[in-house]
Amino acid sequence: MFWNLPLIAVVVLTIIALAIIVFKKNLIKVFLGIVILESAVNLFLISLGYREGGIAPIYTNAPSTAMVLPTPQALTLTSIVIGVATSALLLSFAIIIWKKYGTIDIDRIRRLKE
Amino acid sequence: MIPSFIVENSPALMVIVPLVAAFITPFIGRISSGIRSLWVGGAMAVTSAITLILAFDVYSAGTRLYVFGARAASAAIPPDSGGIPIRIIFEVDPMSALMLVITAVSGFAIVLYSLSSERSHTGLESYYTLYLLMITGILGMVSTGDIFNFFVFLEILSLASAGLIAYRIDGGVAVEAALKYFVLSTIGALAILVAIGIYYGEYNALNMAMIAARMQFSLLDQVALVLIIAALAMKCGAVPMHFWTPDAYSMAPSSITALLVVASQASLYGLFRTVFSLYNVTLNAVTVGWLIIILGVLSMVVGVTMAIPQKNVKRLMAYHAVSQTGYMLLGVGVGLAVLGNQSLLDAFGYMAMEGGIFHIINHAMYKGLLFLTAGAIFLRIGTYNLNRMGGLGHSMKWTMVFFVIGALAIAGIPPFNGFASKLMIYESVFVFNPLLAVIAMVVSILTLASFVKVFHSIFMGPKLPEFADVKEAPMPMLLGMGILALVVVLFGLFPGIVVESLITPAAHALVDQGAYISAVLGGA
Repeated sequence: MFWNLPLIAVVVLTIIALAIIVFKKNLIKVFLGIVILESAVNLFLISLGYREGGIAPIYTNAPSTAMVLPTPQALTLTSIVIGVATSALLLSFAIIIWKKYGTIDIDRIRRLKE
Repeated sequence: MIPSFIVENSPALMVIVPLVAAFITPFIGRISSGIRSLWVGGAMAVTSAITLILAFDVYSAGTRLYVFGARAASAAIPPDSGGIPIRIIFEVDPMSALMLVITAVSGFAIVLYSLSSERSHTGLESYYTLYLLMITGILGMVSTGDIFNFFVFLEILSLASAGLIAYRIDGGVAVEAALKYFVLSTIGALAILVAIGIYYGEYNALNMAMIAARMQFSLLDQVALVLIIAALAMKCGAVPMHFWTPDAYSMAPSSITALLVVASQASLYGLFRTVFSLYNVTLNAVTVGWLIIILGVLSMVVGVTMAIPQKNVKRLMAYHAVSQTGYMLLGVGVGLAVLGNQSLLDAFGYMAMEGGIFHIINHAMYKGLLFLTAGAIFLRIGTYNLNRMGGLGHSMKWTMVFFVIGALAIAGIPPFNGFASKLMIYESVFVFNPLLAVIAMVVSILTLASFVKVFHSIFMGPKLPEFADVKEAPMPMLLGMGILALVVVLFGLFPGIVVESLITPAAHALVDQGAYISAVLGGA
């Protein structure tokens, strides 16, 4: 029961993030929603890799050779790096939108339609 | 003639060359813009050459396996790993090789075109850096055999494309389009990452062949399948998720739009790879096949009906791109719906799939060509608005010829390549379900009607006074368009040879999941 806690947290975070992305009108808040969604996915990957009593695969002075494959951790690190690049690009878009339109309200960023 | 070192390491080289060249480009650009053009053109030429060498090798010698961090392909499964291929591998089968050919040809033609179409703009260092990164992303996506690696290349591609869509800020409008594209593709990519996590948790592997060998189609696998289909169908612009396509395609520079078409085809490849190579007969082929057919039919009909009233020529072409994607989904979807039933597959399933796959390469060529002609027109007259154009046929003769070739190909008129693939789709789909074939033909007629209108309003009529001093597009742009036009005409004149040598092996590679698995895992 207790070991399900990370997965429950993943579901809660995903729901919060999707609600923010769909309902918030402020561009920065939408980006925060995307960042929370990324965290939820990272937590999901990390909790997949957890093995009770497992040890890190460092061979020096290792108590035993029964080790945990560090693949999920590697995936998460990669995903965090990609997330940083994503956030940086999104925020730079927000800066240009603010400069050119004078607003970051999603309902008023609608020049494409005209 | 070609050193064996290059042939052996071509899968790694074709990704390394554009990746390294991309990050050197800004430094080269500080010397002079002429040397930068030479550098970028050279890097792209080398990349295309390596890619074509690899594709030729795959078509003549069969599936190529490239294992990173090992000397030989036989080291895909290390002896002490318990039978799990833990290294990252590239698995290039004929279907991947077809996508490689598309990327190599369009990538090279578009770089030639960009050298003169973008000459007068600032910020070209970032333009070419991102361009080469896009090429890296596409080449990696279509050749990787590791599903997490697929996600990484997908993200490289999305980041670079979003940057390039916003490249001409255009009063903020282009940034708005890029924002829409990028928010959607980030959410899509995260959905794919969740699916990857599910596979890893369930099968303890990230290697696509390994996952395919262990696939059980449990409830979790169905969730993962839905996440991947939704994300990749969005990325290739199929209809309920198509709304980013017209914005992004019309606001990006024309050269980038032509490459975005190739990028969407790479997502389409990912979709087919997932459905056929990961799941294959384990999934409920009829349900998923019909799902893809319905996506395809919706895309065809909605795309073409939205295209007809458009006033902006690139927006119009973008809606046609949505509509043409529908043909590929229809063709391959019919093949999927009869998967597992060998007699139906032989009767029309393979032919439908070949038609759909043939349409992928044809679409990349003629649609790229059409977007490039739109860019050439914009360069000379400065507008995309159809109502303000007219009489350009007098001054831009070659552009007009290329436009006509592209327009007739997209409408499926012989002897151009669109006819060859559409005919294969009509014939086979008619056997499967006549109604679908009729819809496909009607959409084709509407496409023709739409392009006749566009052709008339751009090129026909008397020479307008405001365009009196309009000149023909510069030579490198004509050369870039010429390469694509040549492919369109050649594929249309000799469809039999192309289908036999390129398309049939690709379709069989997709269907034959066993071969895909045993290439990595051995004779299992």
